[in-house]
Amino acid sequence: MPSANRGAVWPLPPDAPPKSEIRVVVAMSGGVDSSVAAALLKREGFDVIGITMQLWPDDLPLGHRSESGCCSLTAVEDARRVAHRLGIPYYVVNLQEPFQESVIDRFADDYLRGLTPNPCLLCNQTVKFGTLLEKALELGADYVATGHYARIGWDPERERYVVRRSADPRKDQTYTFYGQTQAQLRHTLTPCGDYTKDEIRRIAGELGLGVAAKPDSQEICFIPDNDYRRFLREYRPEAHRPGPILDVHGNRLGEHQGIAFYTVGQRKGLGLAAGQRLYVVAIDPARNAVIVGRAEEVREWGLAVRDVNWVSVPGIDGPTPVETQIRYNAQPAPAVIEPAGDGVVTRFHEPQWAISPGQAVVWYDGDYLVGGGIIQGPLRPGADQAAGYTNPVPDREPTTAGRS
Amino acid sequence: MGTIYMDHAATTPMDPRVRAAMAPWLERWHGNPSSPYALARQARAAIDEARERVAALLSARPSEVYFTSGGTEGDNLAVKGVAWARQAHGRHLVVSAVEHQAVLETAKFLSRHGWELTIVPVDEYACVHPDAVAAALRPDTALVAVMYANNEVGTLQPIRDIAALTRARGVPLIVDAVQAAGFYPLDVDQLGCDVLIISAHKFNGPKGAGAVYVRRGTPIEPLLHGGGQERGLRAGTENVAGIVGLAEALALAVAEMDGVVPRLVRLRERLLSGILARIPDARPNGHPRHRLPNNVHVSFPGIDGESLLLNLDLAGLAASSGSACTSGSLSPSHVLVAMGLSRELARSSLRLTLGKDNTESDVDAAVELIAATVARLKEKPRVSLGPRR
Repeated sequence: MPSANRGAVWPLPPDAPPKSEIRVVVAMSGGVDSSVAAALLKREGFDVIGITMQLWPDDLPLGHRSESGCCSLTAVEDARRVAHRLGIPYYVVNLQEPFQESVIDRFADDYLRGLTPNPCLLCNQTVKFGTLLEKALELGADYVATGHYARIGWDPERERYVVRRSADPRKDQTYTFYGQTQAQLRHTLTPCGDYTKDEIRRIAGELGLGVAAKPDSQEICFIPDNDYRRFLREYRPEAHRPGPILDVHGNRLGEHQGIAFYTVGQRKGLGLAAGQRLYVVAIDPARNAVIVGRAEEVREWGLAVRDVNWVSVPGIDGPTPVETQIRYNAQPAPAVIEPAGDGVVTRFHEPQWAISPGQAVVWYDGDYLVGGGIIQGPLRPGADQAAGYTNPVPDREPTTAGRS
Repeated sequence: MGTIYMDHAATTPMDPRVRAAMAPWLERWHGNPSSPYALARQARAAIDEARERVAALLSARPSEVYFTSGGTEGDNLAVKGVAWARQAHGRHLVVSAVEHQAVLETAKFLSRHGWELTIVPVDEYACVHPDAVAAALRPDTALVAVMYANNEVGTLQPIRDIAALTRARGVPLIVDAVQAAGFYPLDVDQLGCDVLIISAHKFNGPKGAGAVYVRRGTPIEPLLHGGGQERGLRAGTENVAGIVGLAEALALAVAEMDGVVPRLVRLRERLLSGILARIPDARPNGHPRHRLPNNVHVSFPGIDGESLLLNLDLAGLAASSGSACTSGSLSPSHVLVAMGLSRELARSSLRLTLGKDNTESDVDAAVELIAATVARLKEKPRVSLGPRR
């Protein structure tokens, strides 16, 4: 194996027992990352158990049913084959109810409230490192491991568990860990974090894992056709609730089909015949209105953050410079964060495109994930500042999924 | 510690004597029973002999016995075959709420294709009451299906009483006896059933071999059309070794029943009383007396049955939380739900099914392991989660 010198796992706490006495449940999706995660841990000498979570309720309006999504039967078969090849016990556990309550229903609820949720974050926080972790502890395990590209472990200098960017910047998934408590991180292993995707595929090939060449999944696992609007129409028919499309001055420009079908920054599908390009600037659930405006009105200098969680630091006392990521796969942007009441405000050096309430904002200090929270809304310091924007307008609408 | 196997309702280990009986048909005699030469005639003769043996063990005629690939095929053949054959008479099906999925899903399939389906409820012991069956019968009822013994909770059904009703009404009675075969003498005339299904691997025979008894004169259509094997009811080259193995396994089970069954009952009682002594709030399911000799089914309030099962597996005890079908995942059992158990209690249950190789020390070790695991799971670990919205 080429990367044998690298530790597959970040430092364990000093009082950790020998690895052979540490039981690890690997959440196996049947994909290449979690398969290699299991292989790396097994090679390190841990007592490894593979588990695939059965997540979709049987009556979900799945649209074009995915053959490859992360809890399809193929996924179970792939994961089972890998587990057999590695010689580890393997189970399928039914987590349909917690997944429906904590992820699917909240995903739908958020859209109906005019927010843009990220279901993968909800799943990480409440299912993978919630229900599955509890199940793993019940099985006598000390850790849940996943195939995420993140480096997680005990930092003796900071005397806390920290999350650091992965070795592969293009695949980094640390964003999805912003909400993890120290208690959760204490039980988390992400052995792929020290490797690049290419290396992971090579290891899979060397181990003869049949999944080495499987394509990455990109969509939300319970919406295999990637059409969240179709999903909402079928899963929550009440999402169809027409209302006004207004400009920023309150003039009515048209009618929308329901605020759930719109996200900030969206241009397509507004059905407006205006002469200029208009974008969704905000969603106003109180008036059941979609507010549209020009491109520069979609840019914001700052945002208010609620439900803040600190990861690699215990907290902040005053203004702190950070790199800020406002959605999965967004370029980090320099900013200053500062405590404000219950939450934190983030002020950017340059205005940012499409601040979507409901999405997670995550702060970094170099490699370290400092913490993050849920975007409450933009800070509006004054319209004159907006003249200085420099960011180009992206051609595609912001994605709602942070794949993980 | 080696594995203690207590999931005999899922499948049983093959008896070495069965294996020996099958060996010549796997190793030497490869002829197709339908071919005209000597090599094939040997195979034909073996099937004929097996059919005679099985018929005798069921008190049936050889011409009433058909070989299949197992319980699921047998259930499908019985339900679809009789429903199709009798559709001119009527398209109404009556099946109990606790049938195996192979019956229940087949009936539901037919209900999507023009048949009407009445599902007969059960009492808190999973018992089907004959008067409930009587209430479900209609002039256009094409068939009634009630299993001999429930595969999950082990309850035996009053087949004779139900048969008296169906017989009086001229409605064919289909009895899935997959779990009962090997524990009870299956005399089809005493039972009064018209179709009866068994599967070899549940009584120490091979997987992939089953038999269906069809009383002479019962209308039935084949599922598999083709070369006319099994007198046209089940086309396809016969699984000669499997058929020989099924006959041998059934003959052995019936011959040794009088010794094995009382011993299993003693082990069952030892297992159940051991569990109840160690875990006082455990709640046994199924009928206390009218039940399979090898089945213990218990709910542990507040315990996640899935975690219990996986812990027991990791510790070397093979058990079940219900029936072993689907992708290995665990959904709440339709049987427990039909008996009126809450979803929580249904999810907290464990099925242990004994076999003739289990010993008293297996039982004691299992009790120990279950008690220790349940005690540990009661101290449910909690992890504080991130900020909730």
